[in-house]
Amino acid sequence: MSLFDFFRRPSSAPVARERLQIVLAHERGLTRGKSDLIAVLQEEILAVVARHIAIDPDNVQITLDRGDPVTMLEIDITIPGPTAARSAVAKPALRDGTTRYR
Amino acid sequence: MAKVLVVTSGKGGVGKTTSAAALGAALAKSGQRVVLVDFDVGLRNLDLILGAERRVVFDMINVIQGEAKLAQALIRDKRIDTLSLLPASQTRDKDALTAEGVQRVIGELREKFDWVICDSPAGIEKGASLAMRHADVAVIVTNPEISSVRDSDRIIGLLDAKTEVAERGDRMPKHLLITRYDVARAARGDMLKTDDILEILSVPLLGIIPESQEVLRASNLGMPVTLSNPASGPARAYADAARRLNGEEVAFAIPRERKGFMDRLFGRRVA
Repeated sequence: MSLFDFFRRPSSAPVARERLQIVLAHERGLTRGKSDLIAVLQEEILAVVARHIAIDPDNVQITLDRGDPVTMLEIDITIPGPTAARSAVAKPALRDGTTRYR
Repeated sequence: MAKVLVVTSGKGGVGKTTSAAALGAALAKSGQRVVLVDFDVGLRNLDLILGAERRVVFDMINVIQGEAKLAQALIRDKRIDTLSLLPASQTRDKDALTAEGVQRVIGELREKFDWVICDSPAGIEKGASLAMRHADVAVIVTNPEISSVRDSDRIIGLLDAKTEVAERGDRMPKHLLITRYDVARAARGDMLKTDDILEILSVPLLGIIPESQEVLRASNLGMPVTLSNPASGPARAYADAARRLNGEEVAFAIPRERKGFMDRLFGRRVA
């Protein structure tokens, strides 16, 4: 570092560039063509699960939580009635008689 | 063969209207027939920038609703007779701008002009999407500043998805116009570099318009900057950009303002 640099404020443009690149990488995934990623995932996962267990398509929730260190895909399937869940490894039954996998 | 060009940005205040007027005037000066179409219903300003605000009788919505013929609504520029304006409505509801109506008007304009330049409103709502819908080519106006670049990225996504060109499966030709470029700030490293913006947005460069008091002066006078002071930095940059739109190869240079001694002493920038 020269004496000249010592008196100079560090430039802000590289910071702007980096912040932009990060935010756009996020937003492009969300808005460009992939906005229906969740819908596609939901449809395909449901099809696989429905092959083995009777499920109500309205009782399925899929969320994608984009975080900084990790992005979490959360799939929440409610299976109606204990008899329907015959072939799956059951988690503790909920009070309303449904079984929930997570 | 007429070309429909949309001037768009996402963000407001970056210089869409100034750029549409300056590019339109530069193209018209070369003898091509140009119409500037204002899509900003309720907040029209292209008439002011062109100095035609007192000549507006009918607007695009009158034409769409059949209250006026297209020829009655077009305002011919008094300085360049190949330049015309189709104003937006200042009083009507935005919903009066219908997709079918816009399609019909653009179709008619294509037959009468070489260039149909659509000045898009800011935002990504209906007005902006109607302005880009029928375009053959897009000019994206961006300031070297993060919020403007981010919004431009969003607009690029819409140009590639919600236009007739995109729906046909073709790629919308896009050009980037960087406005309000401050040479001194760029040299200090306090402004996004042109190369960085081009890399981030991956759209080819149409021109770099330097920050200049001439732009404000031109709008005060009601003249596109390419007419008010053709020798000024921004006017030369717009003229070069217009030549590139015509397919000419023009080397890139950021035209400098010529500064006199007094300017250097007391020079203050318009914010």
